[in-house]
Amino acid sequence: MGMALKSTLFRFILAVFLVSAGSVHAASDFLIQPGPDAQEKLQEALILAEPGQVIELSEGVFKLTDGLSLDVENVTLQGQGMDKSVLSFRQQKGGSEGLLVTSSQVVLKDFAVEDAKGDAIKVKGVDGIAMIRIRTEWTGGPKPTNGAYGLYPVQSKNVFIHGSVAIGASDAGIYVGQSENIIVRNSRGEFNVAGLEIENSYNADVYDNVMTRNTGGLLVFDLPNLPMQGGHNVRFFRNKSFRNDTDNFAPEGNIVGIVPRGTGMIVMANENVEIFENEFYDNDTMNIAVASYVDDFDDENYQPTPKKIHIRNNVFGKSGTNPDPGEFGTIVRETVGTPVPDIVWDGVLPLMDYLFFGQKEAERLAIHDNKHAEGVRPFGNANMIMHVIAPFLHKADFDMAPYQKSYPSLPPVKVVIRGRPAEELVN
Amino acid sequence: MILRFLLALIFLVCTLQMTIALDVDDALLMGSKPAKKLSDYRLFSPGLDGMPAGRVTPYTLNNPLFTDYAIKYRFLYLPEGAEPAPLETAKPLSFPVGTVLIKSFAYPESFREPAKAIRFIETRLLIHKKNGWKGYPYVWNEDQTEAYLKVAGKRLEIPVQWANGEKAIIPYAVPNMNQCKGCHVSAEKKLAPIGPKIRNLNRSHEETGLNQITYLQELGYLERGEKKPAELPKVPEPFLATSGSLAERARSYLDGNCAHCHSPGLPADTSGLYLDYTETRPVHWGLNKPPVAAGRGSGGFSVDIAPGKPDRSILLYRMKSTDPGVMMPELGRAVVHKEGISLIEDFIRSLEE
Repeated sequence: MGMALKSTLFRFILAVFLVSAGSVHAASDFLIQPGPDAQEKLQEALILAEPGQVIELSEGVFKLTDGLSLDVENVTLQGQGMDKSVLSFRQQKGGSEGLLVTSSQVVLKDFAVEDAKGDAIKVKGVDGIAMIRIRTEWTGGPKPTNGAYGLYPVQSKNVFIHGSVAIGASDAGIYVGQSENIIVRNSRGEFNVAGLEIENSYNADVYDNVMTRNTGGLLVFDLPNLPMQGGHNVRFFRNKSFRNDTDNFAPEGNIVGIVPRGTGMIVMANENVEIFENEFYDNDTMNIAVASYVDDFDDENYQPTPKKIHIRNNVFGKSGTNPDPGEFGTIVRETVGTPVPDIVWDGVLPLMDYLFFGQKEAERLAIHDNKHAEGVRPFGNANMIMHVIAPFLHKADFDMAPYQKSYPSLPPVKVVIRGRPAEELVN
Repeated sequence: MILRFLLALIFLVCTLQMTIALDVDDALLMGSKPAKKLSDYRLFSPGLDGMPAGRVTPYTLNNPLFTDYAIKYRFLYLPEGAEPAPLETAKPLSFPVGTVLIKSFAYPESFREPAKAIRFIETRLLIHKKNGWKGYPYVWNEDQTEAYLKVAGKRLEIPVQWANGEKAIIPYAVPNMNQCKGCHVSAEKKLAPIGPKIRNLNRSHEETGLNQITYLQELGYLERGEKKPAELPKVPEPFLATSGSLAERARSYLDGNCAHCHSPGLPADTSGLYLDYTETRPVHWGLNKPPVAAGRGSGGFSVDIAPGKPDRSILLYRMKSTDPGVMMPELGRAVVHKEGISLIEDFIRSLEE
């Protein structure tokens, strides 16, 4: 009781002080301004904040020397806009990300993280994270020395990303990994290796995003040997993925290094992915690739082939006329020719299925009601296994008939943060 | 006979300390706010050259974490009447409420005489309060008379002279309170101790010559069990050739320097790379394992440990780096650990391709 009273009194005094100082920031509990002590002041606020409090960043460039971290639940960190409040890590000496969040129910909004030495914003192991109108950027353009991820929630539940912009990540601009219940919407990715990637995750809705000038626009991957795998139930809709024309600049060794310049979307492994009402065009290698995991692996619980991938009602513009000369692009060119069909399946199945039984009907790709540009094949099965084991016998297959089927639409994803639908946190 | 003599000696020392030192301020330790000054806790006696108070006992580890060649002094304090920690071998020991783990970081004026002219940099406390463990960093002043709480951490420049006479400045980072949790975190996401595990503590206690497990049991800090120390798990000392095979010592080094994050349920498990001593699945301790989210940390290599090829192994590449976006561990290191690198290099080279 005494404490509550004291705290209310304190806030009142603070409010009076701030108002009398002519400020409009009476609603926040901490107001941080740029300056030589910004690192210490901001990190101190991130430690001392209590659940429910707001830390506000004023307008300006905050020059930081060390990674920041937040471990208090239900805190809001907000700036004055993604171009107005900038956390710059150009001088960073320590910490492997710009900002690390390890507490639940946190809202980040209206600021930018620039030039982090590692990932820009990493959120690990939380239930409830909203990133609203956040910009992460490496300002020197696409370079392999840029950090891997821009917005990077991992091993989390209830993830909401809205109105954000990711530029220059050497892996994925927006990357949601090993998470469940995810919405990524109204966001933009440019000059990343991958614009937006959902990896080893369950129940994601990705919609109304724009991906352009990346190496590849949209990725949904599932990888072996991880605590959470078997990615499934992911919807991609009303996105635009076009003119992804940046050469792959991922440091070697990273799986994303396989993505050919000019890829609209890649589905790798995963089950139940619904791709609808998107627009794909001006992607030099191909619009959509559906593929199995490309490397050897040692994990008996892992499913390397994609299942129940449903591609419908998309609009495909001209693409696939100039595939990337790298490994993946070359195989695409050699197996299905140019212009590359709008939807390419690698045709890889478990060997027994491939040789004798064919793909199970209940797991087969479903493709219907898409619009294609004139003179472009809608579909190609690259028949990759034969390409590898007996190239002289190899023949791609362009017959759509087996795939003209449908699956029931997946249910919308609900993301709940602070006890209400995450959409209500916008504004 | 010798044992009994030693035990008598220990108890004498303990009692003696208790009579000459002020009592530790348990109430302050258990309070909701940390003290501003380290001396307020009375864990060390003023004017007695920093001598530990009664019940504050030094201990050492088989495979300590490398921190920029800092010399570390570790102490354990359990309040009067506290229950001993249960004897469990899989996890760090669960010491009772009231426990304090103390670690001081120091540098000698010159590594030519590492025991001389020691300068204390910081002292970190892990205090087991009623609502869980809390970590507080205290930074020593120039005069070495007091250490002050630094919630947001601090960057320091520490002049050192190496054993070969070369001089250098170490850009030393005192962690902030959140960074404490970056490493000191349990699978339940609570702040927790790392070092005091049976396998790390199972060694000779320097002051008494007893086995350290036995010593802690004698003090009443650790539950007695049926097994003798020789039957309990133990990791070898990474840099003592007689204490284990090359592979055992290398895995022990990785256990001490990496496994606080790289273990199932801990902060770096997102990578699937698990470097705890007990991990037996080769792909999970890195053998031919592709990275997941390494970014430029991969150094252009495709697997964590390429057998026979240390210069193609991401793990070693990251140990050799001091770039914050590349280096491992992420925290607590600004210079490379040459001896650690050469141990891991030899280990990877010894693995069959």
